[in-house]
Amino acid sequence: MQLGFLVDLHLCMGCKGCEIACKVENEVPLSTWRLRVKYVDVGSFPETRRTFTPLRCNHCENAPCVRICPVSALHYIENGIVNIDKERCIGCAGCVMACPYGAIYIDPLTQTADKCTFCAHRVASSMMPACVVACPVQANIFGDLDNPTSNISKYIQKNQGNVQVRKPEKGTNPHHFYVNGGNVTLNPLSSHRLNGHNLFNNITTLPIGGHH
Amino acid sequence: MVHETIAATNAVVTLDVALPGIVWPWLVTVNMWAKSIGTGVIFMLFLLLKKYPEQAGKLRFQTTVVSIIFIHLFLLFTLADLHQPFRMWHIFFFPHVTSAITVGAWMATAFVGLLFLLAFFSFFKKDNAAFDKTLTWVVLLAIPVTLYTAGLMSQCTARELWQMPTESAQMIFAALLSGSAFMILLAGNKLNYEAKKTLGVVLGLSALMSFILYMSEYVFGPMKAEEVAAVLEYIKGDGPYTVMFWLGQWMAYLLPMLLIVLSRASKSENILKLAAILALAGLWLVKHVWLIIPQLLPMS
Repeated sequence: MQLGFLVDLHLCMGCKGCEIACKVENEVPLSTWRLRVKYVDVGSFPETRRTFTPLRCNHCENAPCVRICPVSALHYIENGIVNIDKERCIGCAGCVMACPYGAIYIDPLTQTADKCTFCAHRVASSMMPACVVACPVQANIFGDLDNPTSNISKYIQKNQGNVQVRKPEKGTNPHHFYVNGGNVTLNPLSSHRLNGHNLFNNITTLPIGGHH
Repeated sequence: MVHETIAATNAVVTLDVALPGIVWPWLVTVNMWAKSIGTGVIFMLFLLLKKYPEQAGKLRFQTTVVSIIFIHLFLLFTLADLHQPFRMWHIFFFPHVTSAITVGAWMATAFVGLLFLLAFFSFFKKDNAAFDKTLTWVVLLAIPVTLYTAGLMSQCTARELWQMPTESAQMIFAALLSGSAFMILLAGNKLNYEAKKTLGVVLGLSALMSFILYMSEYVFGPMKAEEVAAVLEYIKGDGPYTVMFWLGQWMAYLLPMLLIVLSRASKSENILKLAAILALAGLWLVKHVWLIIPQLLPMS
């Protein structure tokens, strides 16, 4: 079994329901995110549009975070999920530095690394990840990539030629796919990030581990 | 980057979480800097014992103490940078051998053990033959201890700027530069001018090679990778680290090279000492800039 994730960006409407569900399910502390939705505005007025991209751990087949972790706190479990043992983590932040997707953070409460685990605890009880359940338009598709009859496998087959991963040049082989994505949605270097880019506040830098 | 460069398709991030701050801060810079000195002086003692055995013999104990102090500084700052420092023992009891951190921690531990053995031979037993025999093994171990941080940086897949084998070369040159600089300052009257000139040559050549590597990255790096180009913008033009980068290059490499030529022309030991001080201070700046700038780039 190899669990994977797919997001159809054409369906995503940026409601952030998945973000909130993830926060609640996993008790993710303030100022940190396991999953977030990024808005990028494209074009010049009046020809503009807004894109929405949910970003989470890619559960790579060749995960740099697993490789660099000195104590195997980050490890694979049988279903392909890259999981984390917070009791073992020493907080060296090597994984934060290694992850090309910026998906790992230092939990300010436990002072250990943390990230999306595809809700491994729910999956173990045969439940879908919280973000999948919360999505009102079924833009999040989760399932077994090794099973050709699973929803995710069928979706990939149906959208062949239009399935992307983030930063394929890194050789990490992500198990997180996007349909109807593009350079703007998947490449962080293809858009401007102005100071105070956030619509709701002027915070541009987050403290690591809750302190500086 | 077409969306960024063409006004008609201008793309702007309008809502996202704030960028993470600096994950590996100045503590890691001190870590690398102190380790360079800790292993560098051992390399230099080995060289001096081969070339000037009579004079260098007086430096056995002093050099060992300096190495012990700086290696412990390196370990102390490594520990201070951990978010869970009291779990450091996990590295030895739950090791993951694909990680350069694990391998480095083991090697550094063995290195410290051998340094104390050297101190024992030089201070308590006064056995120079045993010291010199052990020193050969310490030098051999000092090479991977110096290099492992380069391995760690290259394992940071997210930071395109830190490439192997460039980082390996930079680590070795940093150790030679700081080791020779520190020995020039440490030697006092124990070494004659000829021996110090030799240290000056090592300092000058390692400065030259490091400078060439940095300039190669600076000029040619952006031609090969979009990420490297974006990172190097932080040290170009009005970039936030431009001044620190060039200050470091001048202090660590360019001025020491000039001063070494001057000291040879005027046979001045004081100029050589000035070159050594500048190199040690400049190396910290250079290492710091190179550590920080890839961390400023948004990853997602």
